[in-house]
Amino acid sequence: MRPDLDIIQRWIEPGSRVLDLGCGEGNLLDYLKREKQVLDTGLEINADNIEHCLQKGVHVIEQDLDKGLSNFETASFDTVLLTQTLQAVQYPDIIIEEMLRVGRNGIVTFPNFGHWRSRFYLARKGRMPVSEFMPYEWYNTPNIHFCTVRDFDSFCRERKIDILERTVVDIRHRDNWMINLLPNLLGEIAIYHITRRGK
Amino acid sequence: MPNPLPENSVGIVSPRLVHFDEPLLLRSGKVLNSYDLMIETYGELNADKSNAILICHALSGDHHAAGYHSETDAKPGWWDHYIGPGKPIDTTLFHVVCLNNLGGCAGSTGPASINPETNTWYGPDFPVVTVRDWVQSQARLADFLGIEKWAAVIGGSLGGMQVMRWAISYPARLGHAIMLAAAPKLSAQNIAFNEVARQSITADPDFHHGRYLEHGTFPKKGLMLARMVGHITYLSDSAMRDKFGKASDALKSASLNLGRDLRAGKLSFGFDVDFQVESYLHYQGERFSETFDANTYLLMTKALDYFDPTVDYEGDLSKAFANSLCEFLLISFSTDWRFPPERSREIVTALLKARQQVTYLEVQADQGHDAFLLPVPRYEQALRSYLLRIHREVTGNAS
Repeated sequence: MRPDLDIIQRWIEPGSRVLDLGCGEGNLLDYLKREKQVLDTGLEINADNIEHCLQKGVHVIEQDLDKGLSNFETASFDTVLLTQTLQAVQYPDIIIEEMLRVGRNGIVTFPNFGHWRSRFYLARKGRMPVSEFMPYEWYNTPNIHFCTVRDFDSFCRERKIDILERTVVDIRHRDNWMINLLPNLLGEIAIYHITRRGK
Repeated sequence: MPNPLPENSVGIVSPRLVHFDEPLLLRSGKVLNSYDLMIETYGELNADKSNAILICHALSGDHHAAGYHSETDAKPGWWDHYIGPGKPIDTTLFHVVCLNNLGGCAGSTGPASINPETNTWYGPDFPVVTVRDWVQSQARLADFLGIEKWAAVIGGSLGGMQVMRWAISYPARLGHAIMLAAAPKLSAQNIAFNEVARQSITADPDFHHGRYLEHGTFPKKGLMLARMVGHITYLSDSAMRDKFGKASDALKSASLNLGRDLRAGKLSFGFDVDFQVESYLHYQGERFSETFDANTYLLMTKALDYFDPTVDYEGDLSKAFANSLCEFLLISFSTDWRFPPERSREIVTALLKARQQVTYLEVQADQGHDAFLLPVPRYEQALRSYLLRIHREVTGNAS
């Protein structure tokens, strides 16, 4: 199993209602259904991905995240997931607010743009970083809103979002004491478990 | 019937008539003391009777969904593209049941049947039946066939409304509700088109207040008009442009033709048919008027107009679904302007609010409302994948 899935699944209550925003081929939901007996719903817009969800029996709804979640009731899910999708949405702040409205808690993962390799690439070449992990050029990337671990921490502070847990891992989804010491410099993928307590 | 028969055809099939003697209390308060339902089935029912699928037909459909009645049949059943061995609704995996609804004109009791109390045709005296009445009669059919629970109930358009009613009224009796090109209820525009259709029929001098059979005639012109206006709402603007925009002589450039192909290559400067689209509508109306009963058409459009699953639930569709136990699949089509994707999304939103498990696809298709009947590769594949999953569930085979 992918190590980031292992980290996420620890935060999911067995039998809970889980909504995955941008669920892709439905791998995470399929895993959570089998291992945690969750009641799954995924949102996706790519037709091929949706077909994979159907084959797995994942409950997928064809819906564009950039058009909002107004068809979902407040607190209608236990956990709302946003894995490796935050950087690709039009309004990341609105989607985070919406996920904390629809779900009692949220799990967000994103590529950390503050990683030393990105910084080094930009500093040395003066060009937007392209890597194995983020292989796109600036003009064709679906990733339109990059942020760093420090950016996201400050966003949560400003919006009064509580960070229940934060894990930062490398591209192989491993963490170690070095990464934990310097997450914004050494972490490639950030995984946040968030909620809004005083609502 | 094509020769040789394609391997994925159910081949020659025979309908059968099932008689019911238990009186059926209708939503209107009237009672049908006894009635017949004409049905067709494809594929074998398995030992534990868990692989049965009910197909609910739309306005002009009937029990003959797939295959041919004889070798001389030119056309197969109305949903033959989707039902057969190896097709999305795979008859090697499922036992598929389809019926002609009450009030129909393809063998089930309807206005053109003899009323045993008067020994003449029911005609306009046949009670107005609703979707709820149909589903009640379908549940009795399930009892008769020994099917406690359908693996899935599937329907498009008006058929989708029957599926919705199943999920609301008989929650324990279906595993999956599959609604294609559906709407939770008609809009004013939908009702308006139906009223134009009804007026065309009732205004025909041959209608005789619905007693045309006694007069040895039928309102052919009215039924033709009704079908023509209905047919326009089933197609999309883009589908019509494609269908009637093949020639370049109308405007030199086919891409700018807008579907204005001429029938005879030149304008007549008269009031007869000039354009292919006119000729096509005439042909569709003509063919329909020869096989369909006018009183049945009136009944079917009324069933559509009256359908409102929220009527017992303070107008709240999510409350209607509160006790449903099945899973839901909805598929809408981008150019459907009769029941556009927004209408399916209304159902999806209500299901989410009711905490139901729902899958929803919005398929790009040029064919308009009719897309659910026609070959659309993504829709075909989606239905196939979903039904394979159902089959794994009911047979207990892990993938």
